[in-house]
Amino acid sequence: MNFQDIIFYFFSTVLIASALGVITVRNPVYSALLLVLAFVTCAGLWLLLEAEFLAITLVLVYVGAVMVLFLFVVMMLDINLEKLREGFWKWFPLGGLVALVMVVEIAMIMLGQHFSLEEMPAPEPKAADYSNTKELGRLLYTEYVYAFELAAVLLLVAMVAAIALTLRHREDKKTLDVAKQVSVNKKDRLRIISMPADKKN
Amino acid sequence: MEFMQQQFEQLFGVEWGAMLFTLATNMTFIFTIIVPLLLGVAYLTFAERKIIAYMQIRVGPNRVTFFGIPWLRGWGQPIADAVKALMKEIVIPTGANKFLFILAPILTIMPALAAWAVVPFSAEMVLADINAGLLYILAMTSMGIYGVIIAGWASNSKYAFLGAMRSAAQVVSYELAMGFALVCVLMMSQSLNLGDIVNGQQGGSMLHWYLIPLFPMFLVYFISGVAETNRAPFDVAEGESEIVAGFHVDYSGMAFTVFFLAEYANMILVATLTALMFLGGWLPPLDIAPLNMIPGFIWLLLKIAFLLFFFLWFRATFPRYRYDQIMRLGWKVFIPITLVWIVVLGLVMQLPQTVREGFPLNLWF
Repeated sequence: MNFQDIIFYFFSTVLIASALGVITVRNPVYSALLLVLAFVTCAGLWLLLEAEFLAITLVLVYVGAVMVLFLFVVMMLDINLEKLREGFWKWFPLGGLVALVMVVEIAMIMLGQHFSLEEMPAPEPKAADYSNTKELGRLLYTEYVYAFELAAVLLLVAMVAAIALTLRHREDKKTLDVAKQVSVNKKDRLRIISMPADKKN
Repeated sequence: MEFMQQQFEQLFGVEWGAMLFTLATNMTFIFTIIVPLLLGVAYLTFAERKIIAYMQIRVGPNRVTFFGIPWLRGWGQPIADAVKALMKEIVIPTGANKFLFILAPILTIMPALAAWAVVPFSAEMVLADINAGLLYILAMTSMGIYGVIIAGWASNSKYAFLGAMRSAAQVVSYELAMGFALVCVLMMSQSLNLGDIVNGQQGGSMLHWYLIPLFPMFLVYFISGVAETNRAPFDVAEGESEIVAGFHVDYSGMAFTVFFLAEYANMILVATLTALMFLGGWLPPLDIAPLNMIPGFIWLLLKIAFLLFFFLWFRATFPRYRYDQIMRLGWKVFIPITLVWIVVLGLVMQLPQTVREGFPLNLWF
């Protein structure tokens, strides 16, 4: 067991423990924070696989932006745990069945011949000037450019739709027109009058 | 160095010795970065109080001194402040979530310090010379927001929570403008490595710095940096007049001081990154005899100090933005500017070689 193995087992243990915590912890804020921990440790594992661009992007996008908004929402919600737990045993058989099917499916893929250790050896160490980012960019913008652009359009459509669904026009809304405010000049607003003094001396 | 490595290998065996030696040298490097940084933070607070005082025609701190030396009056102030903060009691409010309340300041200072790992101080002086350095810094600075949100929530106070929400929305919005401004830098330098970005600005004089072709991006980046660090005039997260002191209203003693340290460490980080990416880092403004004999590290420090002065100047000069104005500036002004500039830069890069070379001043590449 060398240094890298120790790091791998450390990260894996933390990852599994925090992932378990996400679904078992009672407090939803803790749950969201444990998910953040899971993302960060997962990024650590990806770094071990020499996928530094993906690892850092995972932290940047999911930890830095998505989970912040998640946490935001979770903190503002008033979650009633008793009510959430009410139907637990009633729906347990169905949920258990779905979980079982998923576990079997994942096991079939992971234990199958295409994912064995011989098929997926540890990545070859790359030279120091090898840039993961450059290679990924080259691949995305040449070979997979259509798929990439389609995914981008899909996201844009979803974004516009989300805004369109929540946007409500209110008649009584009071907004400031900043351009108007900035373009105000002294002449329109200020009138200087000369007034003789009331008293002499 | 090699003697030390041999010692380690004798003590712990060849494989483990080499690993532990790397660990030990890296720890030493980390301390040589962190200790001056924290001293810099301490004296930045002193500089802030002095500079703002002079701008407001006061004298600022002028009492605490070392060993009674009269011309050092005031210079002991940051040390005295630190000692005072260490002595103070840390009050944990009854309704607070104890674990998260303590965790929040730690989560704030951690990324503020971790980001320094990839910052180069001169052509050779860098702890981790990684290819995705800039991305790493973006990822680290975006994690700083957790401390603020958790602090706001764990304090179990309305004011703290309001401050946390304001801060979170503000930081997430300005991160976009910041990221897009950095995309322009990447397009110019064609590298994510901070050392390569500075080397890309080499060329004899300050006309080759990215400051000139990317001037709007420099402004966007620096102003977004001020907003990211929650500094005046964007400090609505603290907003004394509205929400007392924002997310750290319930913190006291060292727990509060850690937030304070993180804020100033982030200021220095933003100033350093701006210096590296737009002001040519450790390169002298003119590559001629007296100027290029000064070591690059000194030039970098001068540029950082120059930019930090702006932070203090802003605080002394501008009134606080209103919240909707902050959001408008981020989303409706900065992001469109950066998007347009990315397209302009892309078009310039696509111009044929002859046209680009005939460009006035030939600032583009």
